[in-house]
Amino acid sequence: MTPILQIQSLDKSFGGLHVTANVSFDVMPGEISAIIGPNGAGKTTLFNQITGHLRSDSGRILFNGQNILGHSPQRIVARGIGRAFQIASIFPDETVLDNVRIACLSKRGETRKYLRAVDAFTEATDDARAILESLGLSDQAERLAFELAHGDQKMLDIGIALALRPNLLLLDEPTAGMSPEERLHTKELILKLWKEFDLALVFIEHDMDMVFGIAQTVRVLQQGALLAEGTPEQIRANKEVITAYLGEEF
Amino acid sequence: MDATFIFSQAVSGLTIATLLFLVASGLTLIFGVGKVFNFAHGSFYMIGAYFGYQFSAVWGTNFFLSLILTGICVGLVGMLMEFLFLRRIYGRANEGGFQILMTYCFILIIDDLVKLIWGTEYKSLARPPGFQGAFQIGDTFIPTYNLLIIGIGFAAVILAWYILARTRPGRVARAASVDREIVGVLGVNVPLTMTLVFGLATAMGGMAGTLAAPLRTVTPGAGIEVIIDSLIVVVIGGMGNFWGAWLGAILIGEVTAFGVAFAPKWATLFSFMILVIVLIFKPEGLFTRRKVM
Amino acid sequence: MTNDTARRISATSLWTIIILIFALVPIVTTSAYKINVASHILVWGLFAVSFNMLWGITGMLSFGQALYYGLGAYSVGLMVDYLGSGWFLPAIALGLVMVIIVSFLLGLLVIRVGGVYFTMLTLAFAQLAWQITFKWYDFTGGDDGIQGIIPPGILENRIVYYYFVLVIVFVSIWILKRMAYSPFGLILRCVQQNPARVRFLGRRVRRNQLRVYMVSSFFAALAGSLMAGVDSSIHTDMLFWTTSGEAILMSVLGGLNQFFGPFIGAAIFILIEDNIGARTEYWPLIIGSIMLVMVILFPKGIVGEVLRLKAWFGKNGGGRQP
Repeated sequence: MTPILQIQSLDKSFGGLHVTANVSFDVMPGEISAIIGPNGAGKTTLFNQITGHLRSDSGRILFNGQNILGHSPQRIVARGIGRAFQIASIFPDETVLDNVRIACLSKRGETRKYLRAVDAFTEATDDARAILESLGLSDQAERLAFELAHGDQKMLDIGIALALRPNLLLLDEPTAGMSPEERLHTKELILKLWKEFDLALVFIEHDMDMVFGIAQTVRVLQQGALLAEGTPEQIRANKEVITAYLGEEF
Repeated sequence: MDATFIFSQAVSGLTIATLLFLVASGLTLIFGVGKVFNFAHGSFYMIGAYFGYQFSAVWGTNFFLSLILTGICVGLVGMLMEFLFLRRIYGRANEGGFQILMTYCFILIIDDLVKLIWGTEYKSLARPPGFQGAFQIGDTFIPTYNLLIIGIGFAAVILAWYILARTRPGRVARAASVDREIVGVLGVNVPLTMTLVFGLATAMGGMAGTLAAPLRTVTPGAGIEVIIDSLIVVVIGGMGNFWGAWLGAILIGEVTAFGVAFAPKWATLFSFMILVIVLIFKPEGLFTRRKVM
Repeated sequence: MTNDTARRISATSLWTIIILIFALVPIVTTSAYKINVASHILVWGLFAVSFNMLWGITGMLSFGQALYYGLGAYSVGLMVDYLGSGWFLPAIALGLVMVIIVSFLLGLLVIRVGGVYFTMLTLAFAQLAWQITFKWYDFTGGDDGIQGIIPPGILENRIVYYYFVLVIVFVSIWILKRMAYSPFGLILRCVQQNPARVRFLGRRVRRNQLRVYMVSSFFAALAGSLMAGVDSSIHTDMLFWTTSGEAILMSVLGGLNQFFGPFIGAAIFILIEDNIGARTEYWPLIIGSIMLVMVILFPKGIVGEVLRLKAWFGKNGGGRQP
């Protein structure tokens, strides 16, 4: 099986500071994996490079075997990489339904319809409602997005990404800023979405319950470099990782 | 076309450039420090012309004293405006649009207040004693008053450089233009800095108005012409870029001066042509390397 | 927002009432002056609504829509003046084609820079057009403008022309309204709220901004060309920056966030101007002060504030709960 995402010797530096240093790894289709590491390890930078928000200095990024390095975010998202952001990136003054619906319309190439009401696009609307159902946001569909609770806004962000039917979904700290109960809920939900939407899923996370609870593969970044890669058990037993990041309690 | 002609047009261009710079640098400074676009900046130029007229022609105050008094008064009006009104809408959603709208209201109000106080007829202001003559070079004359303006302009540039580069308020202003929040964390009073910058910038604009008054007629509505020229300068130089505004002003001043000499009716088109070229090839501004000053 | 169907019904009935009122004007009054005021409200209403597609919906504050308004007016005025009254309608069409081309090219130039730059550059280019018109006396009549622009055939009748304007204005507003609530309109609102996310939906921000810029300019030009027949004359002031400014003031006065806000704003603006402006030469001072208060205290505009009051009093009727 060919990997869905291949990262090869990726490099990026800002004024002499290496934020991504010779990083290489493969993500397999249908795999759920986590990227962990201390703050400033270059985790979000790596996501930005994958999704074309940031230019890489050197290296290669292949998606389904084809180069996507140097492509614009628009083209990369069209290829099938979805992304949710650390700070929920939503459309605050639109309804929850419309937030997802615009993505469904976009996926169907229906955003250039000038004179038909949004409601008349029944397939996109049904699709959006189905996604809200999966996210557990159905009963809030008519509310404005900014009125949602913090955790729900992050779910909505994921919903927008899912509406584009990606093969690979990147989640940047899905539980950041959440209460312990919300974290538990989010963990279950992400696992559910991963199965339901048949995705390869990569998430950045600081919550170790979640990382070791649902990831099949864990990658550790430190100062821009890949420190370790393996199953949760291997990572837990890795001396380097323990000293560098996890600490003794693991 | 001979050398003296070129020289006299160049001097005339520098005169225009100096007046433009005094307005445009304030505009760019306010934008650089506070991310506020003061659409009414031209109106401060206009009230500067009227204040100068009032002090000098009506009350008979010495021209140079009038110039300084105008700077102080217009600066106070500017600070008051920032303190009473603009401050209320900082940080609001769609802030940029509402700032422009608010400063647009200032234009309407200031224009009419000026009409109310000074009437609609043209006012004129005499050149100060000692600067009413002209140098003769070949068969062209260069008014000494133009040289005075250019001299004051250079002094202003040097002073501005000194304040921005060598004094603490200048450094704070520059830092604030990079990151408003961090400066606030460092214990600097950012709102006060902004009010002071507003005062300084409007004072410069007002003094430009007084300086220009003996050359141009003083009329209500002069503000909008000036703001558009300054705007071209600021875009060419790079918004928020102090030195860019200086170079941009010289470029536009000279282009206007030579444009007037060759095609007087269409002179303004030349600066627009430059603007279009800059927008196509270097929309961030000709002289922008670093983002700030 | 609220119950979608309920909102749509109330909006529809509101528009029906507005159209009825305007349709009745020539029937209840024979005063040419009042019909003229009503025509002004219609034309400015269209201009303001088209402007609001840019600012209220997409978040692009243009200070230069007078350029297109004036272009529409001058293409009618000049062609009727040079070629005769029969060219009135073809001139409208030609003006619109011209505006499509000009707004496309100018849009390419000014949209690249965004934000305050966009505002100021639209202003600068509109002022350029004004200066050219003002100075090119031999062709445009300069400061004198062009008088005696009489629409052809039955349109020459003032009341017929009034209904002609009424139909075109409301059909245009209807088209714009459909657009505002179409997927295109939704994309535009998303562009205003979170352009980065729009890019990551696979949509191009600038291309959509260019599209709405062209749409807005098209209808501004249509409004301008209608105005040429309303007053039977045109003037360089139609291209002047204050004309762009008035469309902005009307939109804010009525309310940026409601589709019909700018139309209501235009009506109120013109009625106040008609009553107060006629009595004082300091009309700008008055409207400037009114707008200053609006900006500080009531940024949602009259319609926005009325809706808020309504929601306040009748929670059950206007709440946002699902």
